[in-house]
Amino acid sequence: MGQAGHRVVITGQGAVSALGIGADANMAAMRDGRCGIAEMEFRDIDRLSIKIGGQIKGYRAEDRFSRQEIALYDAFTQFALIAADEAVQQSGIEISEALSLEAGVILGTSGGGLQTVDDNYRTVFAEGKNRVHPFVVPRLMNNAAASHLSMVHGLRGPSFTVATACASSNHAMGQAFQMIRSGLSKVMLTGGAESMLCFGGIKAWEGLRVMSKDGCRPFSKNRNGMVQGEGAAVFVFEEYEHAKARGANILAEVIGFAMSSDAKDIVMPSQNGAARAMQGALKSAGLSGDEVGYINAHGTGTAANDRTECAAVRDVFGAHADTLMISSTKSMHGHLIGGTGAVELLACIMALRDGVIAPTINYEEPDPACDLDVVPNEAREASVNVALTNAFAFGGLNAVLALRAI
Amino acid sequence: MSDEVAEKVKAILAEQAVLEPSDVEMTSTLDSLGIDSLGLVEAVFAIEETFDVQVPFNANDPSDSDFDITNVASMIDAVRKLVAEKQG
Repeated sequence: MGQAGHRVVITGQGAVSALGIGADANMAAMRDGRCGIAEMEFRDIDRLSIKIGGQIKGYRAEDRFSRQEIALYDAFTQFALIAADEAVQQSGIEISEALSLEAGVILGTSGGGLQTVDDNYRTVFAEGKNRVHPFVVPRLMNNAAASHLSMVHGLRGPSFTVATACASSNHAMGQAFQMIRSGLSKVMLTGGAESMLCFGGIKAWEGLRVMSKDGCRPFSKNRNGMVQGEGAAVFVFEEYEHAKARGANILAEVIGFAMSSDAKDIVMPSQNGAARAMQGALKSAGLSGDEVGYINAHGTGTAANDRTECAAVRDVFGAHADTLMISSTKSMHGHLIGGTGAVELLACIMALRDGVIAPTINYEEPDPACDLDVVPNEAREASVNVALTNAFAFGGLNAVLALRAI
Repeated sequence: MSDEVAEKVKAILAEQAVLEPSDVEMTSTLDSLGIDSLGLVEAVFAIEETFDVQVPFNANDPSDSDFDITNVASMIDAVRKLVAEKQG
């Protein structure tokens, strides 16, 4: 058995990414193996060598928010609010005065209001102006999205933001899970948001030389780096008895969570750190490895990550590694950095609830170092009872969640 | 071809390796100098800044880049070519 405590279920989901606005739109795209990565459009992109990304196209803030709201909301906050609205509406939860004290929000983000930073540095450095908009700080702060979610939805319990680079969302959802499991909270909005697709955001990443100029091809021998995305996904995590009592539609159960640190290198991943996080999630859930049918991989499409992740899966699952399915949906929506684990949780829910495994698209060439069933190019129907979702961040901070069909 | 390029490249690598430039041999490798992947990315950046060139280097798969990092000599040759190309 896993650690005792309250059971935690997911009763609402919302998302916005390059694959579409709405959780259903994102899941449909994953089912179809549709790629949301394309040429990006923003100011000064001609000065970048990386020109592709999973950018949300056809989105206009004015269609969803008032002028006053836009003045306060960086893009990452806007995406989080849109996803949260959808999740809360879908869950049908009513936040009463009493419940509001036991309800909070924990979001992951890495860059926070990076677009606001970028715009305003341009104003003062490039354009030489000496005055910036008064809301620069409340827009750019990493907790802006979490704070606005708490205000809009009246959540007065524990709320904060987690920043662990590419693992931020998984760490955030893990905290929300533990908060409910331990009885500190009844309802949590959780997930992550990111919007780094601007000149300064991509220029910084170019420096590390780990970005692909032509596509995200996880596990494929000809992969040559990661591709960024943007957006958000937010979920309603709820204590099981509470959800059952109000007759909520339960999407899946969160049954385990674990974290580990490589304590080794600021950018190179560690097989041991990744393996320990997966083992920890199994232990936390009281599972044996053989029960896991699907893993949503971290699968960034860099040579090092994919090779290391596959080796870690072999370490943890032994012979069962050849039976389970593992796919990287980053091939479709790109790497949303601090928001990525949240969007990827949709693939786990789709596997558990709908019996559809999202594919790893752009898979072109087998790599002996990644010889697992990566569900290449086409979604697959399969009955899956337990899924894991991996996130392994720069800085060696790892977070893995375990979920079960309900 | 002047040895200015060689001296500057050696100096850049020496700085990353925390060695004296005289300790950097033409046959030294990144491994023997103790330069890791991040050190290499910094060295490539320093080369670009010093010589005002674009180094075709992908940290994701260094061995697959056009920039030959076999040893110090190969890197110096590669930089010479980039400088010559720039001068047309």
